[in-house]
Amino acid sequence: MSEHHKETFLTKYIFSLDHKMIAKQFLITGMFMGVVGMTMSILFRLQLSNPGESFAVLEFFLGEKWAPGGVLDPNMYLSLVTMHGTILVFWVLTAGLTGTFANFLIPLQIGARDMASGFMNMLSYWFFFAATLVLMYSLFVESGPAAAGWTIYPPLSALPQAIPGSGLGQDLWLIAITLFVVSSLLGGLNYIVTILNLRTKGMSMSRLPLTIWALLIVAILGVLSFPVLLSCALLLIFDRSFGTSFYLSDIIINGEALHNTGGSPILFEHLFWFLGHPEVYIILLPALGIVSEVISVNSRKPIFGYKAMVGALIVIAFLSFVVWGHHMFITGMDPFLGSVFTFTTLLIAIPSAVKVFNYLATLWRANIRFTPAMLFAIAFVSTFITGGLTGLILGDSALDINIHDTYFVVGHFHIVMGVSAIYGMLAGVYHWFPKMYGRMMNKKLGYFHFWVTFISAYGVFFPMHFLGLAGLPRRYYTNSAFPMFDGLTDINEVITFFAIIGGLVQLLFIFNFFYSIFKGTKASENPWKSNTLEWTTPVERIHGNWPGEIPSVERWPYDYSKPGADEDFIPQNVPLKEGETEH
Amino acid sequence: MEQAVENKNPWGGGDVKPLGASYGKLMMWFFLMTDALTFSGFLAAYGFSRFKYADEWPIAEEVFTHFPFMHGDHPLLFVALMTFILILSSVTMVLAVNYGHKMERKKVILWLSLTIVGGILFLSSQAWEWGHFIHGLDGVPATLISNPYGHPLFADYFFFITGFHGFHVFSGVVILTIILINVIKGTYEERGHYEMVEKVGLYWHFVDLVWVFVFTFFYLV
Repeated sequence: MSEHHKETFLTKYIFSLDHKMIAKQFLITGMFMGVVGMTMSILFRLQLSNPGESFAVLEFFLGEKWAPGGVLDPNMYLSLVTMHGTILVFWVLTAGLTGTFANFLIPLQIGARDMASGFMNMLSYWFFFAATLVLMYSLFVESGPAAAGWTIYPPLSALPQAIPGSGLGQDLWLIAITLFVVSSLLGGLNYIVTILNLRTKGMSMSRLPLTIWALLIVAILGVLSFPVLLSCALLLIFDRSFGTSFYLSDIIINGEALHNTGGSPILFEHLFWFLGHPEVYIILLPALGIVSEVISVNSRKPIFGYKAMVGALIVIAFLSFVVWGHHMFITGMDPFLGSVFTFTTLLIAIPSAVKVFNYLATLWRANIRFTPAMLFAIAFVSTFITGGLTGLILGDSALDINIHDTYFVVGHFHIVMGVSAIYGMLAGVYHWFPKMYGRMMNKKLGYFHFWVTFISAYGVFFPMHFLGLAGLPRRYYTNSAFPMFDGLTDINEVITFFAIIGGLVQLLFIFNFFYSIFKGTKASENPWKSNTLEWTTPVERIHGNWPGEIPSVERWPYDYSKPGADEDFIPQNVPLKEGETEH
Repeated sequence: MEQAVENKNPWGGGDVKPLGASYGKLMMWFFLMTDALTFSGFLAAYGFSRFKYADEWPIAEEVFTHFPFMHGDHPLLFVALMTFILILSSVTMVLAVNYGHKMERKKVILWLSLTIVGGILFLSSQAWEWGHFIHGLDGVPATLISNPYGHPLFADYFFFITGFHGFHVFSGVVILTIILINVIKGTYEERGHYEMVEKVGLYWHFVDLVWVFVFTFFYLV
């Protein structure tokens, strides 16, 4: 695979083995799913701010069946919430984020011609594509898509007769997620062994860019946690289709007692959240990696505390496996066990604070270039702090019991993992777009996109904390049935307003993206004056990445503004000068 | 001089492999970790229910007492034989890998074939064991819905987990057969090494190891 070879349309764009093309496939599929998921959220936000009112747009998207007279059907509301969560968590922020940047950056930044197994890499994308097709297909079945929430708690998800959405839609959801697990496994195995075995000469572990460290740890997290989701889903499939009682016990439907006995939905929650919590970090860590790189490059300073950054990543990853109980404080958990999970959960604040401190210290008195990527990276630090602080409240079992399943939780996780990870992803796209397509994205549109996104994201999710503290439960179809919540209508209208604005401006980003692919100004080889190896490759994409020999690495990736150097950056492949010491 | 010192660091990049294994072998190891966690999920779920219904849980010695062509009670004798067969197939696998290292094709073929036979024997025994279990007590069959021996969840987990393990053994037999065909065709002779045999050997040992856990959970504890 060392030489570039002739490619047909099919092998270049469709069944490509080239990691860069596979990364773009993941990115564009992820963007498409992002638009679908975002549109869904706007549709159900309309119902939440104006319960029972008629909207032509609802009827346009959902038809006479699911929005009769333009009013959202309650079952469809549940389906939309479920699919919005599923799509954003798995399709956009797991596959769209890791799939894109792990594929794109790993071989380029460690100095490899391609992934260890290009074929498995291609399979990984096509399993993901199949999962996408199945999930999209479920939108069009007669009983509607899955409606038990993205966490698919039984018994709602385990009994096909429970609600329309737990019928065929739920089956398709489970098939899609199984295909998704296979895809992420194939990808993850490849990422790990590529980083371990294919680093170029001189690229020791202590010279890896932080993006690669983050992606390595994410891949390990995925390999260890997704199989437990698979176990959890397989048992659920058996309960649904073959009459077992793993999660079911003593259920009566329409006066008829079901045969199931002995199972426990709490078991499902344990298994699910054993995946579910590491999944939060699978989403967040790539963003942390991207942000570290973008902040350092655009601050023209070495990242502050490289080793502490790596250490914090490892500690976060480890802790993420021992905190799943904090999702289950109100399941009747033993208070002592609750306090143990509170303790482990609050411990995560330490490595997170290390990261935030190091970001701020890197920015401190730096010669900052405010590129769109840099703005999104700084915005990430902002949301990571705001979302992290509410995490302390939710992680405490005594406090959590009061606000569990309210909009406070919705506000918290949207800011800390939803918006933050999206910012990381957008920062990554703006930053590496020149390497992906050889052209620059339009900067002015980028700035406009950033400011509107930043303001509307806070506009949507910040007020949710107040809704939650006032007691408004999440997942409810209507807010108008309870007089005590009548005073919250205005806040809900503000949220929907910002959701629409924030949604529309993403279309501008997508326009910018596709317009720049064809019409953007041509990029130079290293437009950001960056040190890492990907910027030593030619602008024209070739399979094999470097036309000649792979450069060898002589220094760490963060030699920015090094005293005594001629320029404010020294690429990793430049040998140390006489008498120069590393770092 | 400095160059030589740097090359000694196995994590230093370049041609040295940090864990001394090819990428394919590393992938197999990580895949086995994944698979181990899938089984851990099931076995943890089993433990969760097992302790919840400690009183109603069937006692394995009273359930699995039959042996083909023999009368009377032989508690756990048959499953002991099954386990022995599977462990024996691990021994033959080790020998196949060993002769692979020595590039002795004929012996690899012999021991690989015996491993496949071991796998098939295990699967057939499991079919018999399932048959016996399904047959049930006093005309009441053990199914995914009912279990005459005790708590119905025991039957659910028994079928699910031993079935999932059996599926792994079955996949292993299929993969071993493909590898055997390649060995016979001389593919690895041409390649200059028998690493594929080694990799599938890792998988086979893993499946045996999992059985030891499944066996312990269902029959001994």
